[in-house]
Amino acid sequence: MRTDVRPDVRVNDFVVKFANVNGSGSASANGLFARAILRMGVPVAARNIFPSNIQGLPTWYEVRVSGDGWRGRRGGVDLMVAMNPQTWDKDVAEIEPGGWLFYDSTKPLPASRFRDDVTVLGMPLTAICNATYTDARQRQLFKNVIYLGALSALLDIAPEEIDRLFGEQYKGKEALIDSNRKAFAMGREHAQQAFDCPLPIRVARSDRVGERIFIDGNSAAALGAVYGGATVAAWYPLTPSSSLAESFQAYCRKFRTDPVSGKKRYAIIQAEDELASIGMVIGAAWNGARAFTATSGPGVSLMQEFLGLAYFAEIPAVLFNVQRGSPSTGMPTRTQQADLLSCAYASHGDTKHVLLLPEDPTETFAMGAQAFDLADRLQTPVFVMLDLDIGMQDWVTDPFEWDDAKRLDRGKVMSAAELEAGRDFGRYLDVDGDGIPYRTYPGTHPSKGGYFTRGTSKDRYARYTEEGPAYVDNMQRLLRKFETAKSLVPAPVITKAAKPTRSGVIWFGSSGAAMGESLVALELEGIHLDRMRLRGFPFCDAVHDFIAAHDHVFVVEQNRDAQMKSLIVNECGIDPARLVSILHYDGTPITARFVIREIAEKARLFNVTPLRRSGAA
Amino acid sequence: MTYLAKPKIHHPSLAKNSLGYTRRDYEGAISTLCAGCGHDSISAAIIQAFYELDIPPHRVAKLSGIGCSSKTPTYFLGNSHGFNSVHGRMPSVLTGAALANRDLVYLGVSGDGDSASIGLGQFAHVMRRGVNMVYIVENNGVYGLTKGQFSATADRGSKSKRGAVNRDEPIDLATLAITLGATFVARSFSGDKDQLIPLIKAAVAHHGAAFIDVLSPCVAFNNHPGSTKSYDYVREHNESVNFLDFISPREEITTEYAPGEVRSVVLHDGGTVRLHKVGRHYDPSDRAAALAYLETHRAAGEILTGLIYLHPESSDMHDALETIEAPLNALTDAELVPGNAALAGVNASLR
Repeated sequence: MRTDVRPDVRVNDFVVKFANVNGSGSASANGLFARAILRMGVPVAARNIFPSNIQGLPTWYEVRVSGDGWRGRRGGVDLMVAMNPQTWDKDVAEIEPGGWLFYDSTKPLPASRFRDDVTVLGMPLTAICNATYTDARQRQLFKNVIYLGALSALLDIAPEEIDRLFGEQYKGKEALIDSNRKAFAMGREHAQQAFDCPLPIRVARSDRVGERIFIDGNSAAALGAVYGGATVAAWYPLTPSSSLAESFQAYCRKFRTDPVSGKKRYAIIQAEDELASIGMVIGAAWNGARAFTATSGPGVSLMQEFLGLAYFAEIPAVLFNVQRGSPSTGMPTRTQQADLLSCAYASHGDTKHVLLLPEDPTETFAMGAQAFDLADRLQTPVFVMLDLDIGMQDWVTDPFEWDDAKRLDRGKVMSAAELEAGRDFGRYLDVDGDGIPYRTYPGTHPSKGGYFTRGTSKDRYARYTEEGPAYVDNMQRLLRKFETAKSLVPAPVITKAAKPTRSGVIWFGSSGAAMGESLVALELEGIHLDRMRLRGFPFCDAVHDFIAAHDHVFVVEQNRDAQMKSLIVNECGIDPARLVSILHYDGTPITARFVIREIAEKARLFNVTPLRRSGAA
Repeated sequence: MTYLAKPKIHHPSLAKNSLGYTRRDYEGAISTLCAGCGHDSISAAIIQAFYELDIPPHRVAKLSGIGCSSKTPTYFLGNSHGFNSVHGRMPSVLTGAALANRDLVYLGVSGDGDSASIGLGQFAHVMRRGVNMVYIVENNGVYGLTKGQFSATADRGSKSKRGAVNRDEPIDLATLAITLGATFVARSFSGDKDQLIPLIKAAVAHHGAAFIDVLSPCVAFNNHPGSTKSYDYVREHNESVNFLDFISPREEITTEYAPGEVRSVVLHDGGTVRLHKVGRHYDPSDRAAALAYLETHRAAGEILTGLIYLHPESSDMHDALETIEAPLNALTDAELVPGNAALAGVNASLR
């Protein structure tokens, strides 16, 4: 073991990874670690890497401390907290040269299990716990808190922040606060005596977090659904979407309990399968309630038939698709953006659907609410496309905002008064030229506005017909409606490079976490790219125009088959040769290192001449 | 499909119900089903029942799946909103609709293919959840629209029109409905409107999941010797457990019966079901006995009809969910959106 390889002191810029066994209670201590650093004003990007399992399998928690506020994974680990013998070799191998390995040294390990270029920090955690606690569960749980104490000393994390977090987390359970404090202090003191604290990698108070909050995208989506006026949720448990429905329940309990009766201003049904959940959503929305389901790729596959009905019969529906590793059961606890095509063109026949593409929990909240307005306005299914990385990881993200002057847009609904006044009602009549017809809610008027909803073809007055011209008339109107959607979905965010360039880059969703950092580094290499972040489908003209204005445009996405590229080529009539795919699909979130390497390499191939070279990143 | 428009002019002397509606106001478009189809008799019974119940037609939502039976909602309650959904999935769509607005009357119409085959799962779960609805299966044991394949309610050993013998066990939806938690389970025959109309009325008045399995012969594909769902077979083997009157809360009970002859059950809306016993003693509130009785008659080759099971203190999905009394689709922005101040509180808790 060498201790002389010490890099320069690196403040607020390093990666710590915890290797644990799932079910061991480590999540709580690891979460405190990340939040204590945040409380010091230093941004973190924290990710749980977990198996589809409840107890006994390996799980990791990776915390990137980034004073610059980069939210993507960096790649590589500076300090490994190796608490899982099963994954020891792999974990040790992942440490960057010159990094640190913290481990439970109760049981001696042969020198061959360590690395020469890594500093080893051994602490007899099991021995300490066994000497202190008699209860088996306590021995296990407090081991996590003891290493948290040690890390606070090693990384210079303010103990008072952890102390405050204990107080908040165990409010009202004084005994728990006390015992956690003791375990924490024990670990901290032990580390101070045993090691040269702090390490060169360390945390220093900063003001880079500001007003930002720390939350996962599924909770943000659920809160968005509350603000979007959703009253009916029907869902079937499916990783990684389940916590979205559960979170909706929690927020509803808080915000939607009738103050007088104590009864619920919402209804949540855990359905028997995804067919039933989307059926309930469609039934509720047909009847004038705002309704949604939360699901993932396998669920969307099951919903295909119903989605065609909702498209053709023109019924609003909101679907949160928290995408995971696919196809089939795929990698249930890994992330991907691989459901773009199966959602954009869901169901048999000629169908197209609206997609919203949030990049982080803040945007997920906003789009989560907006989706209900869009679904009602357009009378069609709207997908909010999260992925596991956004949905299940806690992000440092801008605070949520709501404009109290905003009113929910219920779309074109004809009232009893309008019907009574003799206004002509044709359920599929394009009155305004935007392709969007009027609808009525069931039960509106005793003799006017009633109609029959069906998945079969119909004329403008909802009467069944198999006449070709009437069918074509209706299908063309649906296309007009989709044209209207282009101006209603969120527009792309387009940013010019620092210098004029003929190259561009497109990305969407969680890839954004790696992109800011990548573009800074690429710029240092002299590669300048104009940027377009897509936020919705169908694409507005700006998408076509951006691509047309460049010789080559990189399309960064997290799937194998370049689905976004296909969608762009198909919908915008773009020559595929202009679009260069950067594809990351191993189930881990895309990293800046990957993007920089891939784009730099391909840029050379495409003769993008670097304008300036000044030190590689 | 509706190529003949019905004249809208009513005969001035047509009788009106207490709301001023005539029976014609409860009709729909002209049926396009085969002449003599049992389903048309069921539609007529539905029209009569809703007319007699004084329910405004537009306060009914009628939903169905796919198939001959599922086409019928076009042929009754023409001023009601209807929804011809996806094959076998009417229950989920109806559940969603019922969640959105608890104030409408929900009528689900389905067939044996729609409910016992492709939609068996949704049938089961809508019964379990106690959705406040009337679920009518127009049961003919055969796929009509696709021309005569056996359905899952076809009896073992029964013959198709072409002479093929059904080798599979039938699914008895009434038995299933009881075991799944339906709180009102009946069986009837499309050819017996005296029995069917009061059953539909009682089912509408019932609070919770009400299921009626109506044997409804298919004249085109399943009305031949060797079929156990033909008019002749059903008439010969029909064993009525009781016949009943439904008396709405507004009506006065005038007829007197000798003690023991009639059993009255007051329903949720104040209406009364008056059960006239046929033959031996039968208590429809005894779930285990109802199941045993169904099984005994099945074994004897008889088709048990009438009100088979009625839970005296039923509840529905909204009771279980504890939703507010107001329909969810009528809530205002202020009741739905917590506002920016509440959001600031959420933000503060996440730092």
